[in-house]
Amino acid sequence: MKILVCISKAPDTTTKISFTDNDTKFNEDKVQFIVNPYDEWYALVRGIELKEATGGTVTTITVGGADHDPIIRKALAIGADGAVRVNAANSDAFFVADQIANYAKANGFDLVLTGKETINYNGSQVGAMVAELMNLPYVSIASKLDIDGSNAKIERDVQGGVEVVTGSLPMVISCAKGMAEQRIPNMRGIMAARTKPLEVVEPSESANLTKVVGYELPAEKGAVKMIDPENMGELVSLLHNEAKVI
Amino acid sequence: MSVLVFADAAHGKIVKATHEAICYGKAIADKMGSSVTVLTYGNVDQSALEGLGAFGASKVLVHRGIEHVDDEVMTKLLAETAGSENAKVIVFAFDTSGKSIAPRLSARLKAGLVAGATTIPEIDGAKFTIKKNVFSGKAIAKFEVETEQKIISLLPNSIPVTNDGGSASVEELNTPVDQGRISVQEFKAEGGDGIPLPEAELVVSAGRGLKGPENWGIVEDLANELGAATACSRPVADIGWRPHHEHVGQTGVAIRPNLYIAAGISGAIQHLAGVNGSKTIVVINTDPEAPFFKAADYGIVGDAFEVLPRLTEAVKKFKSAN
Ligand SMILES: Cc1cc2nc3c(=O)[nH]c(=O)nc-3n(C[C@H](O)[C@H](O)[C@H](O)COP(=O)(O)OP(=O)(O)OC[C@H]3O[C@@H](n4cnc5c(N)ncnc54)[C@H](O)[C@@H]3O)c2cc1C
Ligand SMILES: Nc1ncnc2c1ncn2[C@@H]1O[C@H](COP(=O)(O)O)[C@@H](O)[C@H]1O
Repeated sequence: MKILVCISKAPDTTTKISFTDNDTKFNEDKVQFIVNPYDEWYALVRGIELKEATGGTVTTITVGGADHDPIIRKALAIGADGAVRVNAANSDAFFVADQIANYAKANGFDLVLTGKETINYNGSQVGAMVAELMNLPYVSIASKLDIDGSNAKIERDVQGGVEVVTGSLPMVISCAKGMAEQRIPNMRGIMAARTKPLEVVEPSESANLTKVVGYELPAEKGAVKMIDPENMGELVSLLHNEAKVI
Repeated sequence: MSVLVFADAAHGKIVKATHEAICYGKAIADKMGSSVTVLTYGNVDQSALEGLGAFGASKVLVHRGIEHVDDEVMTKLLAETAGSENAKVIVFAFDTSGKSIAPRLSARLKAGLVAGATTIPEIDGAKFTIKKNVFSGKAIAKFEVETEQKIISLLPNSIPVTNDGGSASVEELNTPVDQGRISVQEFKAEGGDGIPLPEAELVVSAGRGLKGPENWGIVEDLANELGAATACSRPVADIGWRPHHEHVGQTGVAIRPNLYIAAGISGAIQHLAGVNGSKTIVVINTDPEAPFFKAADYGIVGDAFEVLPRLTEAVKKFKSAN
C-alpha cells in the first residue's frame, strides 16, 4: 500500500502569539516549531502502523519553504520512508490542497492522510479539498481506521456520536484523537532520517482563493473577581445579575 | 440573487448552530439586498422547515430522497442549487458536516472559503472581509475573499440567534442523486440524553483535581441543577475516568458556552485553547497560583469537594426563589 501523509508546520502549543509588520505577519522570533500534532500523532503514526502491518511505503508531503525541513526530518525520524516538499509559501488552503492533489495524482497513492486541522489556522479544509480535486471519497475527523485489502473501515466523529463507515481505497481521511498513539523517535530513527530522501519540487500553477490581510489579539480579560468559597450565594447572584448567564 | 445556507438535518433535527448560520446568512443578505434560501434534506417536519423563516429564511428547499449527509452527494447538490438560485454566498455551520462539505464545495466552485468565521463580513463591492480565530483562539485573523462566489462556515456561538416568528415557503427537490461512495454501517450515539457539549450554553467541567471517576457525582449534580452539559480535561478522558467526547481543549472539542465552570483543572494552555471563547469562566481550584485564574472571570480558591456541593445548593435556592 502506498500512503501519502500531509504534514504541516505549527508553532509549539505553548507559544506566545504576536505579530510584526503592522500586525500583518506572525512573529516567528524565538518560536519553536513542531509538526502539527494531528499530522504527527495520528495521521503519520497510523500510516506507519498500516505500512508495518501490510507492507508498502509512507511518503510525507509538505507545502512550504526550506524552513519546513526540520519538521520534515522529524517525520522521517518517526518512520516515514521518504518526503516531498513543494517549495512554495503555504498561504491559502486551496493552493496547498491543489499542490498536494497534483502530486498525489501524478504519483498514485492508495491512501492520503491529513490531520484533523492545523493548530495555527484551524480550518479543517485541506483534506476535503484534496479529495474533491482528486475526485476521491473523503472521511473527516476519523478516530479509528482499519484496512483489509482495498476496503477501509473507519470510525468518525459526527454530531452527537460516532459513525462507523466503510468504503474502498483510494480515499482521503483526516485523522483525530484515537487513531494511534504518539511515537517518540529513537536514535536509530533520527540517524536514518538524515539519509532518507527529501525531494523538493517546484509548485504547479494554481490560485489563492483567500488571503489574510491582518491579525489582532483578542480583547484582554478584565481582572478575575475572587469569591469566598463559603459564599456560593454571592457567585450565583453575580452570574445572574452581573454576567447575566443564568 | 440569494444567500444559500446549508442546514444539516442529522436524525431529523436542525440544531442551534444551523439556526445561527441562517441568521448569519440573513445579515449578509440584508447587506446585499437579497434573500436567504435554505437547503436541507431528510425527514424534518414540515412545520419545523416553515419555522426556519423565523431565523430569516425566505425559502426552504428540502430533498426528501436523501437520508444522510454524504459530502460528495451534498457537494454536487449544493453546487447545482447555488447555480439555480444564483447564490453568490453559501453559508454553513462550522460543525462536523460543515467541515466536510464546505471545503469540498470550495474546491469544486473555486469559491474562497473562510472556515470558522466569527464576524459578519464587511462588504466592499466584490470584496468580503471576515474575521476568524486562529492559533487555537489565541489570535484573530482578518481574511479577504474576492472570488465571485464565497463560502463561509460560521463558528457556533459567534452571533446571537434572533427569532421573529416568521415563516418560510417550503419546496421539495426531486433531482436524482447518486449513491455516495462511503456507506454508513452504524451510528453510536454519545452523551446519552444529556445536552450535547458543542450545543450547550452552560458547561460544568472537571479535571484531575477530582481524584477519580467515582467523584463525578458532585459535578453531575451541579450540571443537572443548572441544566448544563459536563466536560473534562484531557488526562481525565485519557485515563478513562470520563468518555472521550467530553474532552475539551486543543485536541478535544472546542466550545464557547455562555458559562464554563472548571473545577480541579489547572488551566494548561492546551486546555484553554478549547474554552477561551466562553463568555464567562468560573474557576474552582485549591491552588491560588493555578494558571486558570488568569483566564477566569470569577475565581474560588477552595476544595472542589466542598465548593461544588455548596454551589449546587446555592443554585437550587436561587431557582426556587426566581
Ligand atoms: C499538544 C498537547 C495537546 C493537549 N491537548 C489538551 C486538550 O485538548 N485538553 C486538555 O485539557 N489538555 C490537553 N493537554 C494536556 C494539558 O497540557 C494538561 O496536562 C492538562 O490539561 C491538565 O489536566 P488537569 O488540569 O485536569 O490536571 P492537572 O494539571 O493535574 O491539574 C489538576 C488541578 O486540580 C487542582 N486540584 C487538586 N485537588 C483539588 C481539589 N480538591 N479541589 C480543587 N482543585 C484541586 C490542582 O491544584 C491542579 O491545578 C495537551 C497537552 C499537549 C502537550
Ligand atoms: N502546508 C501544508 N502542507 C502539507 N499539508 C498541509 C499543509 N497545510 C495543511 N495540511 C494538511 O491538512 C490538514 C488540515 O489543515 P487545515 O485545513 O489548515 O486545518 C493538516 O492537518 C495537514 O495534514
